Amino acid sequence: MAIAIEFEALQVMKEDAIDAYPDECCGFLYGDEKDLRTITLARPVHNAKEGDKRRRFEIAASDYMDAEQFAADEGLSLLGVYHSHPDHPAIPSIHDLRQAMPFFSYIILSVKKGKVVDLRSWQLSGDGRFEEEALEKDLNTKILELLNS
Amino acid sequence: MAKISIPTPLRRFTDNERQLVTQGSTVQEAIQELADQYPDLKPHLLNDEGQLKPFIRIYIGDEDIKALQNEDTPVDDETIINLIPAIAGGQ
Repeated sequence: MAIAIEFEALQVMKEDAIDAYPDECCGFLYGDEKDLRTITLARPVHNAKEGDKRRRFEIAASDYMDAEQFAADEGLSLLGVYHSHPDHPAIPSIHDLRQAMPFFSYIILSVKKGKVVDLRSWQLSGDGRFEEEALEKDLNTKILELLNS
Repeated sequence: MAKISIPTPLRRFTDNERQLVTQGSTVQEAIQELADQYPDLKPHLLNDEGQLKPFIRIYIGDEDIKALQNEDTPVDDETIINLIPAIAGGQ
């Protein structure tokens, strides 16, 4: 699987990750899949995890239902979820894997000392492992520009 | 009889149907009927013992069935059963 992410969506995720640091941020990803899975919109949601939000995130059921409704209203597809890993790499943890759903893209932003240093996207494979999604060819450049801005 | 709303990540297992009608008179019966009708969906909803997986939450409208009668909650023609994947994780 390959994925494209529009710059505005990248910007929203980056700002959310920095604002939430040292806690984890989270949000939903919307877009379309005409030729290539393309994330056109990222919308932050409240991290509803009780207790230490520096190492965990959770999205409330009501926010999930709102996200499905928003996608239907706007004619978009709900394509996944993003969250940040403060001071940890952008690699899924066992906690991420345990609750992962098929089909969704899981974008993880690594934040080190308040600065986003990496962004990677993952999808659950048929045998229950996370596989990294290939980034559209220009996306690496966009991400580098964003991380350095 | 109740309608079941299928969350986006599970629609690939229901021929992309967003909402399906079932004949069950309780949540348990409705979910079981759905799982029987779409066998590829079953492992994402139920464990080997036929119990709901912990990472799927079920709401009747805006209310968690845990606050009602859990899987024995009765349903009727007006009921919309929402299947909600638990979205959580972390480093």
